[in-house]
Amino acid sequence: MIYREGGQIKTSYAADQQLFPINQDRWFVYGFIIFLFVIPPLFATEYHYEVILYPILSLGLAALGLNILTGYCGLISLGTGGFMAIGAYSAFKITTAFPDLNIFIVFILAGLISALFGILIGLPSLRIKGFYLAVTTLAAHFFVEWAINRIDWLSNYSPSHTIGGPPRDMFGITVMGPEANPAAKYIIMLIVVVALGFVAKNLVRGRVGRSWMAIRDMDIAAELIGIKPLQTKLLAFAISSFYIGVSGALYVLMYLESVDPEAFEILTTSFPVLFMIIIGGLGSIMGAFMGAAFIVLIPVLLRNLFPALGIDIASHVIQHIEFMLFGGLIVFFLIVEPNGLARLWQIVKEKLRLWPFPH
Amino acid sequence: MDFLYNVSVDPILQIVEDPVFFIQVIAEGLMAGVMYSLVALGFCLIYKASGVFNFAQGIFIVFAVMCMITVFEYGVPIIPAVIIAFLAMVALSWAIERIVLRNMVNQEEIIMFMATIGLSFFLEGFGQTIFGGDSKLVPVEALHLGRDALIVPMFGSSIRLQELDLTAGVIAALLVGILALFFQKTPVGRALRAVADDHQAALSVGIPLQWMWVVVWSVAGLVALVAGIMWGASSSVDFSLVVIALKALPVLILGGFTSVPGVIVGGLIIGVGEKIAEIYWGDALGGSIEEWFAYVLALVFLMFRPQGLFGEKIIERV
Repeated sequence: MIYREGGQIKTSYAADQQLFPINQDRWFVYGFIIFLFVIPPLFATEYHYEVILYPILSLGLAALGLNILTGYCGLISLGTGGFMAIGAYSAFKITTAFPDLNIFIVFILAGLISALFGILIGLPSLRIKGFYLAVTTLAAHFFVEWAINRIDWLSNYSPSHTIGGPPRDMFGITVMGPEANPAAKYIIMLIVVVALGFVAKNLVRGRVGRSWMAIRDMDIAAELIGIKPLQTKLLAFAISSFYIGVSGALYVLMYLESVDPEAFEILTTSFPVLFMIIIGGLGSIMGAFMGAAFIVLIPVLLRNLFPALGIDIASHVIQHIEFMLFGGLIVFFLIVEPNGLARLWQIVKEKLRLWPFPH
Repeated sequence: MDFLYNVSVDPILQIVEDPVFFIQVIAEGLMAGVMYSLVALGFCLIYKASGVFNFAQGIFIVFAVMCMITVFEYGVPIIPAVIIAFLAMVALSWAIERIVLRNMVNQEEIIMFMATIGLSFFLEGFGQTIFGGDSKLVPVEALHLGRDALIVPMFGSSIRLQELDLTAGVIAALLVGILALFFQKTPVGRALRAVADDHQAALSVGIPLQWMWVVVWSVAGLVALVAGIMWGASSSVDFSLVVIALKALPVLILGGFTSVPGVIVGGLIIGVGEKIAEIYWGDALGGSIEEWFAYVLALVFLMFRPQGLFGEKIIERV
């Protein structure tokens, strides 16, 4: 009744090819984005920003980047942490070298640097496939981790290679650094994420996205119908690394504010981001953010679960139980719905079309 | 210029000046390589038989050896303790098959891989809950593992070998020999190779797939126990040892996921390459290059053989 596209007749090509052809989808997405821009700045507290909103936005963007590579182009990468580090350190270097540069431009430049490295790492992908490729992307990860630990220049010679967001203003409001206004910071991150999200949504439905999917489904067949595998794969690597680089910059300069190289360890970045896209759904823009929300929220919920139930356990035991529950939930989820939250969402929509008269 | 000299000329000069030390480095590398092979062997077995890239092998190793040490600390003699630890691994394999694998037959490889990462998280929490998070010592004396160094004279100088490493080498060789016999000569081994080839075809000729998986995961558990003892014997065991899984990955891809000899050769190449690079080129490049060197070495090999040195040739049809 509510979700039915009957009667929405398109009378022009532009209307037929728009981003969300079904009215309800369009209203929902735009409504949700307006909600995100308006409601949290009015009601959210510091805790909500720090624990929920910042990590979902920054890691969701990384998941989106990885989803372009893995979900759309079928190339598995475990080097996400490395690219995030590249993005973060280049953003830090750029903004400290040119303090007057608008931070949006800083993020874009950081993404471009990360994209360059992505192309470099992507070069072997023409020959190496599947898990072999996944392990070689780890080479990138470990190399970057080593480099940021060794090269003092990258962290402006700070003692333990720590970098952080220096104070930056925009329209008279501090949007970065320790004294930044949390709501302003949130808005900046949201603008970046929404803009890049729309770009990705358009990319994957156009020629580029279709050639990625052809390569994913079978690269030899794709080559036979005239898709150039090298260009397509490298483009996927470049764009994916661009997104992951920008997300790394957001993650460090906006969310964590001050980090040392340890923050980019494989178990704290690459694997969780991979979890996000698997749980959210491979090959889905929205899925990346749903997965990010899931992975970020689960530990928060678990941490609040035991005190809420009135059970008093030592904190290290809680940590172990958290590990067990987290791992168990992931396995459970993969068994129940291997196609992820995006698939569940699709099922809901299909059910809604028939509701309330399924026959 | 200085840098170029340090990278290209200086290491060669060092090798020529002190060949005995070079041999020492190679020997140490081989020993380290055997250790890597032991870890990678477990991955390889499971991948061969069930097509699952089992990231949880790292935690398997810690789990097995922790179990053995805990039982031993309760006053059980060492041989029963080892057997109990092995039985615990069999029980664990059975549970994993029952709860996880059975429900995931025919899923994509990456989904299976992620499930094993989830499993690895679960076992890490579970293990710390029952064994405690502290580090423990492997009962080296009870296991009769020597910890002395052997001095081998050579060209008027001498090289030092650790007895423990030699033991590890012998055990690894024995293990590989037994496994090769098991895979080639026994009915179970034949069935396992059939399962590795094609799940459905194996099922349709009457091979009990589920049972085979329990067998191969148990064997991987045994390998994990041995690897855990050998790794733990030189220092101590705690849950941070899980990261040795990441050390085994370059060995695996260099040798080829599906090949037992590949794992051995891959381990030796990585071990030797890493040691030589660290000692002769490490300083020129900034130190601790062993963190990434193994991966880069594997990458170079893969550029020429994308399926690893001994992996099955990947044939693609449209």
